Amino acid sequence: MNPRLLIVLALLVAAPASAAALEGQAERQPINWVAIAMFLAFVTLTLWITRRAAQRTRTASDFYTAGGGISGFQNGLAMAGDYMSAASFLGISAQIFADGYDGLIYSTGFIVGWPILLFLMAEKLRNLGKYTFADVASYRFAQPPVRSFAAASTLLVVCFYLIAQMVGAGQLIKLLFGLPYGYAVIVVGMLMMAYVLFGGMRATTWVQIIKAVMLLSGATFMAVMVLAQFGFSPEALFRRAVEVKTDLALAGGAAPDAAAAKGLSIMAPGNFIKDPVSAISFGLALMLGTAGLPHILMRFFTVPDAQAARKSVLWATTWIGYFYILTFIIGFGAIVLVATNPAYLDGEALRGGGNMAAIHLAHAIGGNAFLGFISAVAFATILAVVAGLTLSAASAVSHDLYATVIKKGAADSADELRVSRITTLALGALAILLGIAFEKQNVAFMVSLAFALAASGNFPVLVMSLLWSGCTTRGAAIGGTIGLLTAFVLTVLSPAIWVNVLGFTAAPFPYSSPAIFSVPAGFLAIWLISLIDTSPRAAIDKAGYPAQRLRAETGIGASGASDH
Amino acid sequence: MADPVADTLEQDPRYAALLRDRARFAWLLSILMFAAFLGYIGLIAFDKAALARPIGGGVTSLGIPAGIGLILFAILLTGFYVWRANRVYDRRMAEILAAHRS
Repeated sequence: MNPRLLIVLALLVAAPASAAALEGQAERQPINWVAIAMFLAFVTLTLWITRRAAQRTRTASDFYTAGGGISGFQNGLAMAGDYMSAASFLGISAQIFADGYDGLIYSTGFIVGWPILLFLMAEKLRNLGKYTFADVASYRFAQPPVRSFAAASTLLVVCFYLIAQMVGAGQLIKLLFGLPYGYAVIVVGMLMMAYVLFGGMRATTWVQIIKAVMLLSGATFMAVMVLAQFGFSPEALFRRAVEVKTDLALAGGAAPDAAAAKGLSIMAPGNFIKDPVSAISFGLALMLGTAGLPHILMRFFTVPDAQAARKSVLWATTWIGYFYILTFIIGFGAIVLVATNPAYLDGEALRGGGNMAAIHLAHAIGGNAFLGFISAVAFATILAVVAGLTLSAASAVSHDLYATVIKKGAADSADELRVSRITTLALGALAILLGIAFEKQNVAFMVSLAFALAASGNFPVLVMSLLWSGCTTRGAAIGGTIGLLTAFVLTVLSPAIWVNVLGFTAAPFPYSSPAIFSVPAGFLAIWLISLIDTSPRAAIDKAGYPAQRLRAETGIGASGASDH
Repeated sequence: MADPVADTLEQDPRYAALLRDRARFAWLLSILMFAAFLGYIGLIAFDKAALARPIGGGVTSLGIPAGIGLILFAILLTGFYVWRANRVYDRRMAEILAAHRS
């Protein structure tokens, strides 16, 4: 298979934080000292913040939600930091570098979930929840079944997302810093443990904010420098990119007509979407999955009230949208400045692998120093994402499983804190081990699987429990599990796993994403099971709706900013 | 944390009207977002040529303002929701709650 096809294939199933984009041809580079110095500066700063945060992390509330005192603006930046990954930066710009327009289709998929999250859930989440989204999902239900579902689903989603991140981190760091894969994974795992273990949500939030600011300013600088070369005219930039692609095709031996058509093809959607079902299904998974990702949902409890929750989504959407527009310009900038410079090429391919487009562009624009900065940003980006993921999984274990299901709500704050720290250690160790175990595996499907699971399990359960008075404990717990399992089984049967990983010839489920079937399956199962549920508990569940609605709508009784 | 307001609030038609308006507004915006995105994906799936059409005599295709426009539309809808929630719904809610507390 040729390398470009491989990248495109990998991207097909990739999602914002996918490792897919980062694998393939990751050769080790010579050690980049500027990048390492910049990265050390970032690590020193964040560890210093972690130390300060640690002195203020005494209660469970500090650990899970930074005491609930993060402002809407800060939280918006941190959400953007949680969501914008190294792979969306490197992977999307690389796809634009290769095929032009198609990269933009991803970007739109990743943004449209945010408004939906705001319109249907944000304020209610903040008013009902305390530490985890399970607080909201199980608000009026019997605690053990719904909490167990939510915790299991959180662990599953986080696990797949985390493996993809760890493998991606190893590949990327090998590529950028010239460090061996194993070291890279261990460094990421240890740093992430340090942030979460000692600094909890406060340190994690700051790591995410700093990373978001670094990524946004680095990307802004690149986009502005690219546009400046074309008198700030996008049309001039696009025209030059079309010329470059036409010349490349001519040099490749194409007839003038064919070459011109090839050049112009970067301005239009290409082969990214093959069949409408896959396209819509993939879009649904991205859109609704965003509103079901546990580490994103958890960020709603770090702000003082519903108004701040609203504001944080507006900021997050704005920054993420702005970032994707920058990525688009960066990708075209790479066509113009990187594809024409033999220093960055190895024959016809990019030196260092297909995902190096943005990295080479950084060098073309700002020399070694800026290359170092962008490499450090990419590393920081992965750290911020894994820290957020680990924190949400640790909270699911300590708050949902230990404190609520096992201790029946009688655990004290110190105990709960101890359990979440032990979980963080275990998860950190597990992440390192899995990262190393999956080094040579194709993990491209894992992030899109995480999104599909979140869209088919968490999202329907949250929507039904928040908006439908007839939803019952059984409906939520069993129905949610059915949605989750449908998404999981269909993904296993899809080409990404059945053919690419397991090596069978034809996949029983031909589409690239299960969401178009599994999301309705989740909703339908919750509805049907609730409908036929005549247990005594069902009556209690339904009777609890007015009180839940009152609190969700007015915020009366919502947990306060801080309990100390 | 029982609030004495809770009991009387449910009986208040202004409260019921506020919840209905707010939910209708939220669903309307959700449907707009959903439709815009599905329309865009549908266009790519069924009629790629439409998006490939150049605009303004240059090489820039219709797909570019469409895609960037979708991103901006998402931000604008979000901003509109926050603006309206702050200006209209929060104020109405505060008035209703104040009336019940006095």
